[in-house]
Amino acid sequence: MFGFEINWSYVLILPVALGVLVFALVLVWWERRLLGWWQDRLGPNRVGWFGVLQFVADAIKLFTKDDWIPPFGDRFFFVLAPFVVCAAMIMAFVVVPFDEGWVIADTNIAVLWFLAMSSLAVYGVLLGGLASNNKYALLGGLRAAAQMVTYEVFMGLSILGVVMMAGSFSLSDIVMAQADSIWYCIPQCVGLFIFIIAGLAETHRLPFDLPEAEHELTAGYHTEYSGMKFGLIMAAEYVALILLSCMITIMFFGGWLGPSFLPGFVWFGMKVFILINFFILLRAAIPRPRYDQLMSLGWKILLPLSLLNLLATGAVLLLI
Amino acid sequence: MNEPATKLASNDPIVSDLQTRYGDSCVQQITVDPYPTVWVAREHIRDVLSYLKSDAAHKYELLYDLSAIDERLRKHRDNQPDSEFSVFYHLMSLSSDRDIRIKVPLQDSDLNIDTVEKIYPCANWYEREAFDMFGIHFNGHPNLRRILTPPLWEGHPLRKEHPARATEMDPYHRTDEFQREQQEALRFVPEEWGMSRASKHTDFMFLNLGPNHPSVHGVFRIALQLDGEVIVQAVPEIGYHHRGQEKMAERQSWHTYIPYTDRIDYLGGVMNNLPYVMNIEAMAGIEVPPRAQVIRVMLSEMFRVASHLLFYGTFAQDVGQMSPVFYMFADRERLFSIIEAITGGRMHPSWFRIGGVCQDLPDGWKEMVIDFCDYMPSRMDHYDKMALQNKILQRRTKGIGAYTTAEGLDWGITGPSLRATGNDWDLRKKRPYSMYDEFDFEIPTAESGDSFDRCVVRVEEIRQSLRIIKQCAENMPSGPYKSEHRSTTPPLKERTMKDIETLIHHFLNVSWGPVIPPSESETIVEATKGWTSFYSISDGGTMAYRSRVRTPSFPALQQIPFISNGFMVPDLIAIIASIDFVMADVDR
Repeated sequence: MFGFEINWSYVLILPVALGVLVFALVLVWWERRLLGWWQDRLGPNRVGWFGVLQFVADAIKLFTKDDWIPPFGDRFFFVLAPFVVCAAMIMAFVVVPFDEGWVIADTNIAVLWFLAMSSLAVYGVLLGGLASNNKYALLGGLRAAAQMVTYEVFMGLSILGVVMMAGSFSLSDIVMAQADSIWYCIPQCVGLFIFIIAGLAETHRLPFDLPEAEHELTAGYHTEYSGMKFGLIMAAEYVALILLSCMITIMFFGGWLGPSFLPGFVWFGMKVFILINFFILLRAAIPRPRYDQLMSLGWKILLPLSLLNLLATGAVLLLI
Repeated sequence: MNEPATKLASNDPIVSDLQTRYGDSCVQQITVDPYPTVWVAREHIRDVLSYLKSDAAHKYELLYDLSAIDERLRKHRDNQPDSEFSVFYHLMSLSSDRDIRIKVPLQDSDLNIDTVEKIYPCANWYEREAFDMFGIHFNGHPNLRRILTPPLWEGHPLRKEHPARATEMDPYHRTDEFQREQQEALRFVPEEWGMSRASKHTDFMFLNLGPNHPSVHGVFRIALQLDGEVIVQAVPEIGYHHRGQEKMAERQSWHTYIPYTDRIDYLGGVMNNLPYVMNIEAMAGIEVPPRAQVIRVMLSEMFRVASHLLFYGTFAQDVGQMSPVFYMFADRERLFSIIEAITGGRMHPSWFRIGGVCQDLPDGWKEMVIDFCDYMPSRMDHYDKMALQNKILQRRTKGIGAYTTAEGLDWGITGPSLRATGNDWDLRKKRPYSMYDEFDFEIPTAESGDSFDRCVVRVEEIRQSLRIIKQCAENMPSGPYKSEHRSTTPPLKERTMKDIETLIHHFLNVSWGPVIPPSESETIVEATKGWTSFYSISDGGTMAYRSRVRTPSFPALQQIPFISNGFMVPDLIAIIASIDFVMADVDR
């Protein structure tokens, strides 16, 4: 119904979904190791080679933990919320091209699909916060709603410049358009900058982790979650990080493009990995702004900036 | 053979001034410390205090301490008015560098006195504490309820008839019913604090922040009245860390209480020993050799650095910066390894002794100390770039939780938190003790008194403390590390096997501990978080009759509502982070 028909690429569904989940779990270990290295401490190093099997141990722990559902909360939505978050994030990978033709659904609305799925994930966070019937979770949910609605707006606007230059909403087309010209990180540097900030706000990682804000709201919207439901929320956060890095790679750094001595998906993976490390570095380095400061940054600076970027891109395209 | 070591207090004209105004009921008492102590009748207390605060020749801006003494079992009360419970007020005038202690005699049958909360706002909590501990009723107090003990506690712990040891009580049993009652009594009821549950436009949310919360640095509860995320009113609740330090002082010998003092500000280590042992030395008339004094300064400053480093790291962490705390803990660890090499202990070495320190410095201490002093300054510059100069951190903390010097004094704020408002009062400079006048160091101040400035002052204090430590290491005097006075603990042993007299004294001083002549004395030091003091009363025994511990964190927490109302929850976290308190220091 979205204009694509059943084809061989559907065999990719299972490997992509599993691969993304496993990569997200390994990423938990990698982030902890990397932070440990930067912060003069060890990080997990006991399970397996350099602690690489830590995620297995974590998963076993999460699966065997008492799965507590708050009796004072709304049971149905409380259970639903983590699945919504995680499912929406994994669904977004449907449109991600890992190499030329390596995509489950190479649709002409891929960018919109990505935006739609990342918006859907907000529902999970919001429902989790409200269904917990906990004051910290409520505040976290409120913050999540306000923050994500704000950043949703110019997240879309910031990548419209890319769409205009490529002339397509299809991610494969966007990558191919960069093969002929320079990568869009140069002409769309403003868009890239805004997209990174908006993306961080969407993934609510440390500089923008206000919905969780450990030091203010204990754990924010997922205060009441335990066991594998908490595990799903954590996994979703890392899946979102991978997704964000994939999208930046595709739209601004030429996707799978690179010198031909290496296959395209290797180039793609390397770019994504570098971006992920960049985001981990940001988390280690930057403190958390206050909630209203984040809002005013969004509405007063980033939104006009992304509109101006759009205007300038359009003008240049018309002139050329 | 123990002659009283009291001496006449400095002849302050304020004493005769009070005597002319309030008649002969104003009796001066002689204490070891240089602060004039005046007994005042109960009827006059409000007049006297408001006179001293606003109208006297030298204005006493700060109510430094307020508590009480159960005098009923005390034998040595020469020339003091008849009293069963004495309330005392320690006032300070920073502008003219003066103190005065006002005492009011009360009888057990009529145990009440007017509140002075209107004159000195910080009296609010001190009066609640005196009510909690002694059962003294303060007439007109807005909310006189227990503050340190649980709401349903029976008895008043610092009264002499209250048991001090578990062995004096029946075995402890806790029934489910008892637990339910206690928990129910802790429920926060907004109406009890004069709060409404809704205004014309909005229903307020009441949020219990703590007692277990990642950012309250221990067990501390603040009940917040929230309009959205904006704090309308806040009620700090303490007492979850109360161990009865003052009661324990009454059942430990003068010597065996030293380890307890380490735990008062558990980040301050030997810094807490210092006022305690200096106070006893003053009462016993012990001269401490210069080497011991400089060793004490060096160790105390090391703990100041360690405490401030932890403050710095958690401050950055509480505004959401993840990494600095790890670097600062690593540096603190280096410092602890030096402290461990010198004292054998890390956080609580209990290393100072009455009359000196526990041992002489070990071989190789100097290189370790100098190495550290050379290593730290570049680290501090690095941290400045990482944390203090970070724009987000500045935006989170500048203008948040600000107060002026006068407001700070009203609330009993001392130490770095007061110097952040521009006041340069540092006891190490103004009233040098333990040879601080021999050292070359500066007193950092800041202007606006907000959360950011409180951090800046402490960061600069680390640098100054490093200077002091280096001077200690380079100019360490030679000589004994402990006084030869007979009351030092444990007494020196060289001649015990030579003559029977020394052997007997040594035996008594080790087994019973030293006997301190009947006297009263108070010693204040510039501790890590502000001014810490011990006010000890000896009744001529081997244990304190009463030991008052005044700590800087207690009034600082009382001030939180005053500086946080109208801000948002994240600002409250920044304010809490900038106050630099530990709950052990609050509850004692």
